[in-house]
Amino acid sequence: MTSRFLATFDRLGVAFIILMLGIAILVPVLALAIPPGSPLAIPPYVVALMGKYLCYALLALALDLVWGYCGILSLGHGAFFALGGYAMGMYLMRQIGTRGVYANPILPDFMVFLNWKELPIPWWGFKLFPYAMIMVMLVPGLLAFAFGWFAFRSRVTGVYLSIITQALTYALKLAFFRNDFGFGGNNGLTDFKDIVGFNVQADATRAALFSISAIALVIAFILCKAIVTSKYGKALIAVRDAESRVRFLGYRVENYKLFVWVVSAVIAGIAGALYVPQVGIINPSEFDPGNSIEAVIWVAVGGRGTLVGAVLGAIVVNFAKTYFTGVFPEYWLFGLGALFVLVTLFLPKGILGWFASLRRKPTQAPPTALAGEAAIAEEGGAAQ
Amino acid sequence: MTIARLFAALFLFCCIGAAASAARADTLDDTLALFLDDKFPQTEKAIGQLALSGAPTGAQILEALADNRLFIDKGSKTIVFKNAAGEIFSAKTGEKAAGVDEGALKKVRVNNGLRSAIDAAMGSMTLASPDPAKRVAGADAVFKSHDPKDLPAVEAALAKEKDARAAKAFQQARAAILVTSADAPEADRLAAVGVLKERGDQDALGLIGEMTEKASDGPLKTAGAAAIAAIKARLALWDIVQNLWYGLSASSVLLLAAIGLAITFGVMGVINMAHGEMVMLGAYSTFIVQSLIPPQFAQWSLAVAIPIAFVVAGCMGILIERLVIRFLYGRPLETLLATWGVSLILQQLVRTIFGANNRQVSAPAFMSGSIEVGGISITTGRLWIIVLAIAVFVALQLLLRATSFGLRMRAVTQNRRMAAAMGISTGRIDMFAFGLGSGIAGIAGVALSQIDNVSPNLGQGYIIDSFMVVVLGGVGNLWGTLLGALTLGVANKLLEPFVGAVLGKIMLLVFIILFIQKRPRGLFALKGRAVEA
Repeated sequence: MTSRFLATFDRLGVAFIILMLGIAILVPVLALAIPPGSPLAIPPYVVALMGKYLCYALLALALDLVWGYCGILSLGHGAFFALGGYAMGMYLMRQIGTRGVYANPILPDFMVFLNWKELPIPWWGFKLFPYAMIMVMLVPGLLAFAFGWFAFRSRVTGVYLSIITQALTYALKLAFFRNDFGFGGNNGLTDFKDIVGFNVQADATRAALFSISAIALVIAFILCKAIVTSKYGKALIAVRDAESRVRFLGYRVENYKLFVWVVSAVIAGIAGALYVPQVGIINPSEFDPGNSIEAVIWVAVGGRGTLVGAVLGAIVVNFAKTYFTGVFPEYWLFGLGALFVLVTLFLPKGILGWFASLRRKPTQAPPTALAGEAAIAEEGGAAQ
Repeated sequence: MTIARLFAALFLFCCIGAAASAARADTLDDTLALFLDDKFPQTEKAIGQLALSGAPTGAQILEALADNRLFIDKGSKTIVFKNAAGEIFSAKTGEKAAGVDEGALKKVRVNNGLRSAIDAAMGSMTLASPDPAKRVAGADAVFKSHDPKDLPAVEAALAKEKDARAAKAFQQARAAILVTSADAPEADRLAAVGVLKERGDQDALGLIGEMTEKASDGPLKTAGAAAIAAIKARLALWDIVQNLWYGLSASSVLLLAAIGLAITFGVMGVINMAHGEMVMLGAYSTFIVQSLIPPQFAQWSLAVAIPIAFVVAGCMGILIERLVIRFLYGRPLETLLATWGVSLILQQLVRTIFGANNRQVSAPAFMSGSIEVGGISITTGRLWIIVLAIAVFVALQLLLRATSFGLRMRAVTQNRRMAAAMGISTGRIDMFAFGLGSGIAGIAGVALSQIDNVSPNLGQGYIIDSFMVVVLGGVGNLWGTLLGALTLGVANKLLEPFVGAVLGKIMLLVFIILFIQKRPRGLFALKGRAVEA
């Protein structure tokens, strides 16, 4: 059983899992056990930063599952990410208790400030960690289910679907910006103190969160890999390449899409939940359509439909972002914009696809663009 | 022109004034004598008399008094005032007073009570102004303050008034005073309620409400209650009309922003995420035109800006099409990502060149101000934007229906391969369609520069709304876009008073998400096999 399961992984996948587990152990050790002066020691802020990258990588993985393997270009995955983050943020807010500015044992500070008398119903139960963790998965999952059920049943596809997902995250952003929506309005949720009894700010907690993020990434990777290499995954890829044909062959395309869509949303929600304690704040700007579309470019840079590529892309692009916004803050947007244009024009298969084509023997026929094939099959050559 | 007319009126007024001045001279002397006492009650009385006297120097005296520039010349026992430069004038004649000893001057003292009396007096003096517009403004001020002390002045002005608008304003001011003063005769007050009911705005409602609350049972109270009900019904009706107007105005903006997008999406099936940045380029073109244009042509700046914005944004569109989109045919999702990248670059480019701050774009004289129609006020600028939107729509329809280019474009929209087989160069059509769509976005930018901040982020605010219009209207033809823009704009503004701006927008987005379930290709979908994926 185990060996058959492992057989589904190629060498790259196995290397990735080993690498991630390696850093999950190594980074906390280097950050905590090595004295700060040593050249091997990792300063705490780097641990937090790398933890953030891993959360982004998890989001990219979720996006690659739907875009790379099912052809659904979601411009609203940031919404699921932020919802998961809000669920975690609500748990962290309830943990503050009497240590808040207004020292109210039940109500978070912003509610006292808004002169609310009792806790709104959506906040009930968030004092309990297990309940909050269920919500982290349930809320994005349910939203994705409701949205996907409507959208896929009525065969909304292509750019229409992309635009509607963008509208979804935009609508949520507007809603969360309102004070009376009950989730902290403009300022969002911040000033966290404890997570399951440990100080959020402490170096050890940071290191532990980093390890958990790395392990979550490995688990999600194994799950996604299992999905896409299964028989179900084959059908999924067929839906991506020729949706109508799959439907004519008797498959319920909408169910295939809906399942993978919900799984992807749940993974994005978990990514958001891990992200919030590491950055220490969640606010409505996480719903910004720009964030979601930026996540798409991570996947495109790394290589769409490869899973490992999505992780690679998220880490590479965000590392570049951190570096360039520090050194040339004015030119980062030029760089990001150029990245969108150049990757779509010259690297349709991303970094991983480029490496693969370098290693391939020159006698082989040059690979046609993945998306190009898909479009030709789908449109029947209608577009030129 | 207006100034000349004003002087003419002033001259005429002075002539009439001169005839009456003989009779007035004595009263002015008496009034000025009151100032000599320099005691607060006397001064207040003098202020009241000055306001009613219509003396030519009255306004100057009151102004000087408020600014502590009114003095008693102890030598000659006369009142003098200084102007801002410190020159001394006689209060009686208004002429320069010679040989006044500065040392003998004593200030006329004022306190806060007197200052408010001065303000009121200045207000009632405008009632006698030669300019009808000023008289109306004065009457409105009295209407707002409805101080019973002003009643004689208003009645006097009303008796002399010949201008119909000013007479109406005086009547309303008088009614406002009568309605609120409990000791006025009941018949007068009943008539006043009638006048206010006719005025029928929020202020009238407040006055009658105040009166009805205090009044004891009787005909007055019933008349008041009836008037309140009538005014409320009328206001509610006008409210709806006003919101419809706002909706129409919002629709015109949406239409301008979305129509270019609908064209490119219809012809090429790709979504141009940089469309909002084309709008922004149009707005910045307007800014550049306004800063370069010679001042004497300033009022033509927008007329000049429209073609320039069209060309700038259109050329940029053609450039994007040739450099990027051409290579991504058949990959609509990749096009979306690439154009998003282009939009980031354009935004940052504009931010680098012009700075991140808002740029000031001014409105020409004929586009500022507003017109009152019934109970609503119509902003002239908004009106012109509607005119522009209609003009663009009509011009586009003509282009599509009556020119050979339009025919080709429609052919490519309907069936690209068949159009190519008939000898239409689809690549060229794509290029020009993209340029056309972007150019229209530039024109939208000219309009938006009048109502929104011209900043590098200008386009972002409209991109999602424009998509919603296209999604709702479909790409079948431009009527769909028009209908989509009208539906969204009007629905948004009608929802706003009930649920607030943000919630209204969310409700509309949810509505569109549900709508697209029913009609995935919008209201006006293209029929036929070509569009079935």
